[in-house]
Amino acid sequence: MSTTTEESTLTKKDFVTTNDVRWCPGCGDYAILNAVQRTLPELGVPKEKFVVVSGIGCSSRFPYYMNTYGFHTIHGRAPTVATGVKVANPDLSVWMITGDGDGLSIGANHLLHLLRRNLDINVLLFNNRIYGLTKGQYSPTSEVGKKTKSTPAGSVDYPVNPLLFALGSEATFIARTTDTDQKHMVETFKAAQAHKGTSFVEVFQNCVIFNNKTFDSVTGRDVRNDQVMLLEEGKPLVYGDGGTKGIRLKGLNLETVDLDEGSNTEDLLVHNPKDPNPAYATLLAQMTFPTYPTPLGILRQLEGRETYEDSVVGQIQLAQAEGEGSLQELLTGNNSWIVES
Amino acid sequence: MSPSTDSFEEIESAVVRFAGDSGDGMQTVGERFTDSSAFAGNDIATLPDFPAEIRAPAGTLAGVSGFQLQFGSRKILTPGDEPDALVAMNPAALKANIDDLPEGGMLVVNVDSFKKMNLSKAGYEKSPLEDEDFRKKYHLIELDLTSLTKEALKDSPLKPSDKARCKNFFALGFMYYVYGRPLEPTLKFFNEKWGERLPDLADANSTALRAGFNLGDTMETARNRYQVSKAPVQAGVYRKIAGNEALVYGLVAGAKQANRELLYAGYPITPASPILEGLSALKKFGVKTLQAEDEIAAMGMAIGASFAGDLSVVATSGPGMCLKSEFIGLASITELPVVIVDVQRGGPSTGLPTKTEQSDLLQSLYARHGDCPLPVLAAHSPSDCFDCAIEASRIALTYMTPVILLSDLYVANGAEPWKIPNVSELPEIKIKFADPNQELVVYKRDPQTLARTQAIPGQAGLEHRIGGLEKSEDGGVSYDPENHEKMTYLRAEKINCIAKSYEPISVQGEKSGKLLVIGWGGTYGAISSATKILQDEGFSVSSLHLRHLNPLPNDLESLLSSFEKVIVPELNLGQLSTILKAKYLCDIVSCNKVQGKPFKVAELREEFVKHLSAN
Ligand SMILES: Cc1ncc(C[n+]2csc(CCOP(=O)(O)OP(=O)(O)O)c2C)c(N)n1
Ligand code: SF4
Ligand SMILES: [Mg+2]
Repeated sequence: MSTTTEESTLTKKDFVTTNDVRWCPGCGDYAILNAVQRTLPELGVPKEKFVVVSGIGCSSRFPYYMNTYGFHTIHGRAPTVATGVKVANPDLSVWMITGDGDGLSIGANHLLHLLRRNLDINVLLFNNRIYGLTKGQYSPTSEVGKKTKSTPAGSVDYPVNPLLFALGSEATFIARTTDTDQKHMVETFKAAQAHKGTSFVEVFQNCVIFNNKTFDSVTGRDVRNDQVMLLEEGKPLVYGDGGTKGIRLKGLNLETVDLDEGSNTEDLLVHNPKDPNPAYATLLAQMTFPTYPTPLGILRQLEGRETYEDSVVGQIQLAQAEGEGSLQELLTGNNSWIVES
Repeated sequence: MSPSTDSFEEIESAVVRFAGDSGDGMQTVGERFTDSSAFAGNDIATLPDFPAEIRAPAGTLAGVSGFQLQFGSRKILTPGDEPDALVAMNPAALKANIDDLPEGGMLVVNVDSFKKMNLSKAGYEKSPLEDEDFRKKYHLIELDLTSLTKEALKDSPLKPSDKARCKNFFALGFMYYVYGRPLEPTLKFFNEKWGERLPDLADANSTALRAGFNLGDTMETARNRYQVSKAPVQAGVYRKIAGNEALVYGLVAGAKQANRELLYAGYPITPASPILEGLSALKKFGVKTLQAEDEIAAMGMAIGASFAGDLSVVATSGPGMCLKSEFIGLASITELPVVIVDVQRGGPSTGLPTKTEQSDLLQSLYARHGDCPLPVLAAHSPSDCFDCAIEASRIALTYMTPVILLSDLYVANGAEPWKIPNVSELPEIKIKFADPNQELVVYKRDPQTLARTQAIPGQAGLEHRIGGLEKSEDGGVSYDPENHEKMTYLRAEKINCIAKSYEPISVQGEKSGKLLVIGWGGTYGAISSATKILQDEGFSVSSLHLRHLNPLPNDLESLLSSFEKVIVPELNLGQLSTILKAKYLCDIVSCNKVQGKPFKVAELREEFVKHLSAN
């Protein structure tokens, strides 16, 4: 039991718990769980090093279904607990699961600070644009005018764009994927793990009960070829069946172009997630249907910023370079006096 | 330079208060006087008193900062009810403090600052120093501090404005003369602080200090000199320690004794910030300190670190405690150890952020969702913070529970001499993590302590999930009604078990009699001083001071019934007395004060006498 499980021998089965999974039949969360359980065995990390931390929401039930160390915390605050775990033991592979309400409403402040501090944690934000667990109120990612039980006349607040939020927080890794694409999810999660620093992944997730088909206009089987643009590093921005359309810069804006046979692809933008200038990633993050195709993949990946935990540990190592402090000396200080008997 | 000992009047103790603008360096001067008195072998207690605004407009009442200390040749437990000598650096400082100075008290004023503008800023139409009655009422010593300091420093290369700023040390030197204090510790301090970096400043301050001292020698008005002899104390090595400082050291010691890494998470708040700052300077001890985005986050970080196996600690004050309460519930239901320090201040809301109050006992005991009892303890003096921090760590780790440790502004900022403990004699905290060779049942309990065994991430075979949902013994989520009731009882019973590990209550005086005074936290000095005075006068009065406020000690009930009357003085509207009445169904007299100030010994004595004489 105590032997370290070798990475090569790990399979998806090792990460499945005996607990009954309690999401609604057809919920997108099942697909994400499956993708994560398929990803972890392939990362070369021993199973006992994984810790899954979540907040509260349907999505946040996730740790109960993962046969790893797990912590289902309180609403919105998972980033803080994940931070504590990672700083206490930087050797662990920490995965944080949150929802659009959990991560961008009650816990947005913590998420901001996690991202800017750049702990080496993988954050998966399940965006179903609704409060699932509390039975269907609109969320901060719901579109304006969303009619729900709490907004019978339509919601009036302007939504937050998770990718722009992450960009504003200067996250070093920002990606988007969708519950409808197993392969893309696994690839994205692997890239998130490979990145040293906080990896923020927005996952489009369908809530069959309270917000069914909210992403169908984008990722639906029949439309996705035309309305999704897969980002690949070093490749031009093209989409449409067989790459019939492309994206180029016009002034400070993006413009879609039809790529007729033999047309020039040279002025198309070439995807560079490593561009330190956030302008390009911002343009991508703002691309919304129906004006533009919806980008999926890694928008941004900056290397070189030290992680928070490394800095914390580094300062301690530096201070201890010439040995650890002596508690007796600390207590004695340099202003003590002796009282003789 | 050793002061001559002739023409001294021997006194048992004295209380000195320095008051000035917040920029005048009154805290520094008070600290130095304290060090010098410690060096002279006196027992001491100090009380800094500063305004909420860092630098309120100069010369105004809002900007007055003060520092009071009592030193003596006997046991000193409080900074003193009222000053014997007041140093007022400007009219505002005089106005804000003069009511506390008894008739005949020594009043040293910086007359240079008694100019029209300063007088009017302080709200004086004309200088009180021109009023004959005023002059007669006190033993007034008028010093041209600013000009005297500049004159003393005429050869110093410092800028004139910097020279003037040395006047606080001139005043200090003068007071050293009056009370026959040694100059050495202060000169050493200047040298250590500025000797290398700013030698001119070190020289100037030394010169000002000496000049002030010498002035006393040549001045006729300073004819009264006092001598306070050494206090009879146990042999050993001593230092001066402030409450927050002791707490920091106690936490480091607790982690060391438990062989755990220490992780501290905090968000700045008066009066707890020095704990964050103090621990942040101890990287050599491997302490990880995180400045969180708020108090909620600090608590979450601590819980995460605790889950990963560290001894984790947060410290805050009342408003921050409010923010933490949801997370404290999580730590309780997941049964994770966290030490939560609350350095209390006047509330509710922002309240009196720089004044003391025993504001949060009820909040600590009850401000959570569901039935969620937790261990609560309170430190009673600056040095007691050290012992309490170790005790809180012991309870947290032994019983797998968050622990609330109450301090307060008065304890945190106050200072006293401390007999430095020998590290090898500190109590050990031996708690083991779960064994990877044995099957893990997450909430299986030790039969003695009812604590679960913690399994930390990174160990193969011990993978498990915890969370805020109710669970059964194996850690699985359970909505079963009977299980919830069982778990609620078990968690409560576990907390009750802690009382079995306490030392017996120590009573000051007889274990039965007419009046029992019960206190907790920072009121210790005033309560035990008042009790001692009355005992010496022959009254049947005893006092006890509770360190453990939850669970209460098992031997408390019989003591309560051994006295005719029980009185509970508190700096709140009666929080402990409410608890005692509810728990023991007994009659309790509460004695309350909520002025942001500690009890005076005299007012407690008067109150106790009332109950001792009444039949
Ligand atoms: C402090 C607190 N406030 C409110 C709730 C109720 N609550 C639970 S989940 C939730 C919203 C969840 O929405 P989201 O994060 O989008 O997760 P989803 O269920 O959609 O996956 C709310 C409001 C709570 N558990 N705690
Ligand atoms: S309510 Fe929606 S999000 Fe929640 S489990 Fe059901 S389908 Fe999934
Ligand atoms: Mg949601």
